[in-house]
Amino acid sequence: MATSRREFIQIGGAGLGAAALGSGLTTKWWGLDPDVVHDPGTDGDQVIPTFCELCFWKCGVLAHVKDGRVTKLVGNPEHPLSRGRLCPRGTGGTGLLYDPDRLKKPLLRKSTKRGGQDFEEVSWEKALDFTAEKLLKIKKECGPDKVALFSHGFGGSFFKHLLFAYGSGNVTAPSYGQCRGPREVGFNLTYGASLGSPEVLDIAHSRCLTLIGSHLGENMHNTQVQDFAQMIAKGGELVVVDPRFSTAAGKARYWLPIRPGTDMALLLAWIHVILGEGLYDRDYVEKNAIGLEELRAHVADKTPEWAFTETTIPASTIVETARFIAGARPASLIHPGRHVTWYGDDVQRSRAIAILNALLGSWGRRGGIFVPTQLNVPKYPVPDYAEKPKTTQDAPDGVVYPFAEEVLSHGVCDATVPGRIMTKGCPVKGWIVYGSNLLQALPQRKNVEEAIQKLDLLVAIDVLPAEIVGYADVVLPEATYLERWDDVAPVPWSEPFLAIRQQVVPPMYESKPGWWIAKELANRLDLGQYFPWESGEQMVTDRLKAGGYDVEKLKAKGVVKGAPVPVRTDEGLELAFHTPSKKIELYSKQMADAGLPPLPPWTRHEQPADGQFRLLFGRTPTHTFGRTTNNRFLSEVYSENEVWLNAKAAKEQGLVHGEIVTLLNQDGVRSQPVKLKVTQRIRPDCVFVVHGYGHTNPGLKFAAGRGMDDQTLVTRIAVDPVAGTTGMSVNFVTIEKAPGTTAAAAKAEA
Amino acid sequence: MSAAKTATKRYAMTVDTRQCVGCKACVLACKAENAVPDGFCRQWIVEEIRGEFPKLSAEIRSERCNHCTDAPCVKNCPTGASHVNEGGVVLVTHHKCSGCKACIAACPYDARFVHPEGYVDKCTFCLHRVQKGLQPACVGVCPTGTLTFGDASDPESAVSAQLRERSSKVNHPESGAGPNVHFLV
Repeated sequence: MATSRREFIQIGGAGLGAAALGSGLTTKWWGLDPDVVHDPGTDGDQVIPTFCELCFWKCGVLAHVKDGRVTKLVGNPEHPLSRGRLCPRGTGGTGLLYDPDRLKKPLLRKSTKRGGQDFEEVSWEKALDFTAEKLLKIKKECGPDKVALFSHGFGGSFFKHLLFAYGSGNVTAPSYGQCRGPREVGFNLTYGASLGSPEVLDIAHSRCLTLIGSHLGENMHNTQVQDFAQMIAKGGELVVVDPRFSTAAGKARYWLPIRPGTDMALLLAWIHVILGEGLYDRDYVEKNAIGLEELRAHVADKTPEWAFTETTIPASTIVETARFIAGARPASLIHPGRHVTWYGDDVQRSRAIAILNALLGSWGRRGGIFVPTQLNVPKYPVPDYAEKPKTTQDAPDGVVYPFAEEVLSHGVCDATVPGRIMTKGCPVKGWIVYGSNLLQALPQRKNVEEAIQKLDLLVAIDVLPAEIVGYADVVLPEATYLERWDDVAPVPWSEPFLAIRQQVVPPMYESKPGWWIAKELANRLDLGQYFPWESGEQMVTDRLKAGGYDVEKLKAKGVVKGAPVPVRTDEGLELAFHTPSKKIELYSKQMADAGLPPLPPWTRHEQPADGQFRLLFGRTPTHTFGRTTNNRFLSEVYSENEVWLNAKAAKEQGLVHGEIVTLLNQDGVRSQPVKLKVTQRIRPDCVFVVHGYGHTNPGLKFAAGRGMDDQTLVTRIAVDPVAGTTGMSVNFVTIEKAPGTTAAAAKAEA
Repeated sequence: MSAAKTATKRYAMTVDTRQCVGCKACVLACKAENAVPDGFCRQWIVEEIRGEFPKLSAEIRSERCNHCTDAPCVKNCPTGASHVNEGGVVLVTHHKCSGCKACIAACPYDARFVHPEGYVDKCTFCLHRVQKGLQPACVGVCPTGTLTFGDASDPESAVSAQLRERSSKVNHPESGAGPNVHFLV
């Protein structure tokens, strides 16, 4: 440094500092003044327990309230899903509550074309009357099953109940068909049980955890990440299969940077080695599973040498990792993943993962997959639904997938456009969209927009002006989770417990809790008898009292626990499987009977051409995709996504770190301008972005124009023949410089 | 705790780099607890990636003020605002601080910033919580159990046990400042 520290102080101190330094007397004078430990004063006058809704894991939080304002949110130590700790999003609930861009009043669209952003503020009375009138008209003219509910989030329960009472069973969520659906189907077919959310994984006790594209630590489901860290602390090892050097890969004993689209080859080769070398749990498989010999024959030619040619993972590494994984059994867990709609054979890949877990004997075992327990809360006594709710799948010529367990969101979308899948009868006429930004959640945006324009009614119930809200006819502003009572949450977990969501502060603006909106709609639909409660609080307390729970204790603690129940064999659990054979079905007769491959087949997926990159997307710890990207508090640490590109590939393309590029997909669709992140941490044949950016609704004043939306580029999908879910990692892009565009300029343009 | 122990108390923190996933829960919990103004954070995450694809290694560190034993910020503070408080925790007394930034220049860790209200601000080890028997906010929130806080002069403390049993390092040991945030490797 050219300037000495003393000189710097004299310059920087500008008078007072310099004088103080120069005079011992002054310093002493200051010294007479006592030093202070400042208390920032964020402790609440009141601390109210509730549970989080920044994602869907349902962690217990304690809300500190001071002078009517929520000052901070901390983990509830009593709650089994938070154990006193929170992920970054959990702390950021205040950023949602106090988001200046919140929907403040009910809105009605003025023009005839949807998406024009021309709304007028109306009274709740008018908004609800309008909605009910349209719903009654659709029911009368086309039948109740022509209305669908897209729902994401715990508060959706009131609207599901409303829709069933109305007579429609079309309750759907992209979190199934565009996310975890194939996994649930694959495990259900194999074990007769699915994994749910939170997933029933005993990671804390695993000795080896294998992640297939699952990026724990970036995917920040609180309890699961806590368990993951505990496992590492206890010396558990990781095998990470990911084209990207994820956070988890950085902690792994083995990182296998697999060629995207070839995971099935690796799984089959691992099964080949584990069976061939007799490394599987013979006793467990003999006792609990059927179809071993068929499986053995099926993988006979799936050698590590063969798998190398598909995956680019050396055969010796495949053998070594297979032995390593099997060496830790039964506390060796192949993580089933969460977002698994990748290539269209996703149920089969999930089946291969389920089968591998069976060979390791991990289901029902310590360090594997546990069998959850749940507390009972009696249902609120309401009349039976007038008739069994109908779904579009009951339609005479609807496309039916044999093992889809839920109504498919993109199926509803297709059933909305005359002639797309339904050539007879009336298409779907009304959508109620609760907390689900369909324009960023569903693939093939053009199809979604076309469906939206065909509707007679689009109702959006939301907290923020997501893109879908801009397309609605009527917008009903919901109160945030901190401002409302929701239903009781008896979560299936390793210990029985239930938690309540209670109002922490009164709803701001004219927003209303979901229970109130649903009840008011029900009253107008002549369905008031299904919503007999005076308030959400009354409904919850009545249910709790009927179950014999201590309501006051629950309000004070937020959570109540039941007596422990064995959830693993080492705790005394007896294994039982709810498949047709009452065994683990390595070979699936159910699938064979439906004309589907009964053992997971290898399918070679198209690979990108030279100069093209496969588009992959995922999570960052601070955000729950587009739901939180407008949250200014969370955005202090992550405020826009970037495109990850391999350093060597970047050099070949003549691209440099930090420059602004656009992605152009195989169908000519171009992304918004986005920053390039040149990195060693990804294979040269793919790019990666964090999902949920590139908002276009100007109402999201912070998020609009930041980063790019990956979903716009998902114009091609691979539909899974087993579950009808949509594989979306099948789009290829080229990268182009965005000349003269800086991030700031791009934002200004938007 | 005995009077003698209190007198020699030396608060310190360990950061387990094997467990840290860099999620920034610590950064945000600190912001909330300490009402840190928009645009500023008292903590930060460093991700160090070494090597070339596919031979890579990573280290993730949750970083903050090191509450140095021989703190350059305290030595360079002309007004006495930066001072050593209980257990060696380095604090800034707001009303004594002239915002001259001498401490910012002196800090080897770039841990300080000027608060919009004019004084220099930084991590306090949440001494206001510690004095009530609570953990610092970052330690309390951390989902991975990466952070441990305690009295390094007490051999019975968790921090002492960690430093005894695990290999550790500090940032910029060459500064000679005697940092009290230790990274377990």
